[in-house]
Amino acid sequence: MGLLDKQFNDDNIVITKVDDLLNWARLSSLWQVGFGLACCAIEMMATSASHYDFDRFGVIPRPSPRQSDVIIISGTVTLKMATRVKRLYEQMPDPKYVISMGSCSNCGGPYWEHGYHVLKGVDRVIPVDVYVPGCPPRPEALLEGLLKLQEKIRNESLVKKS
Amino acid sequence: MMLTEFGKIFVFILVAVFFVVVAVIAAKFVRPKRPTHEKLLTYECGENIIGSPWVKFNIRFYVVALIFLIFDVEVVLLIPWALVYKQFGLEGFLIGAIFLFLLGLGMAYEWRKGDLEWVKPKVIPPALKKEVTAEQVTEEVTA
Repeated sequence: MGLLDKQFNDDNIVITKVDDLLNWARLSSLWQVGFGLACCAIEMMATSASHYDFDRFGVIPRPSPRQSDVIIISGTVTLKMATRVKRLYEQMPDPKYVISMGSCSNCGGPYWEHGYHVLKGVDRVIPVDVYVPGCPPRPEALLEGLLKLQEKIRNESLVKKS
Repeated sequence: MMLTEFGKIFVFILVAVFFVVVAVIAAKFVRPKRPTHEKLLTYECGENIIGSPWVKFNIRFYVVALIFLIFDVEVVLLIPWALVYKQFGLEGFLIGAIFLFLLGLGMAYEWRKGDLEWVKPKVIPPALKKEVTAEQVTEEVTA
């Protein structure tokens, strides 16, 4: 536990203002883990490139999970990869967020029935904040997913959950 | 009171130190701290950790790095020299030339001493122990 994080029992004007500041800071610089799994990763790279410009939302790919806030699971999570995904997620510092991108990581996608080697949804190993549908999703869809995640972060609070 | 030029740099340093200290203390207040065993492990791209991260490097890299460093510094010194040596005439040229000559001498020395050689393990190609003729083989088979 940090000194202020989840240490308050009741809400007041000071806490809500500090909340607003922290949430604004967090949602405006969501650094992602530089981590691509399958064809969705191509779309994710396109989103990062100049045409769609992920950077205008403060999203930059980082080479290490230690420096990252969000991990975008972009593609088919095989059973072998699932343990790695889990460890990468565990090694990110709190607060951390997960965007599941594309049908494969949402639910198994085209491998949902006969894919003996595919995890049927990445939410079986790590908690997912935002699901982006599509096979693969267009960059606009990923941007929409990020905006949804920002909305979610905007409503976070330092107050202890009852 | 007028600040000297060094005084301005001093103020600059103070502001820089203040910035870092404030940022570190503020982060201490607001960041969540939830260490877990998994989080504190060495990061190896999600793989299982094998051995200690404090591995030994081969001593051969040290020599190469040192030689590289010498020529790195040489470039740093010679680029400004190359821009202005014409203004100093023959004398300026000679100073640079002497510097280059000394470095070249050092280079020749380490080359002669074999420091540029990358020591490789000696490969022994597999060889037959003795010559075997066709007659010997037929003798062995018929025996």
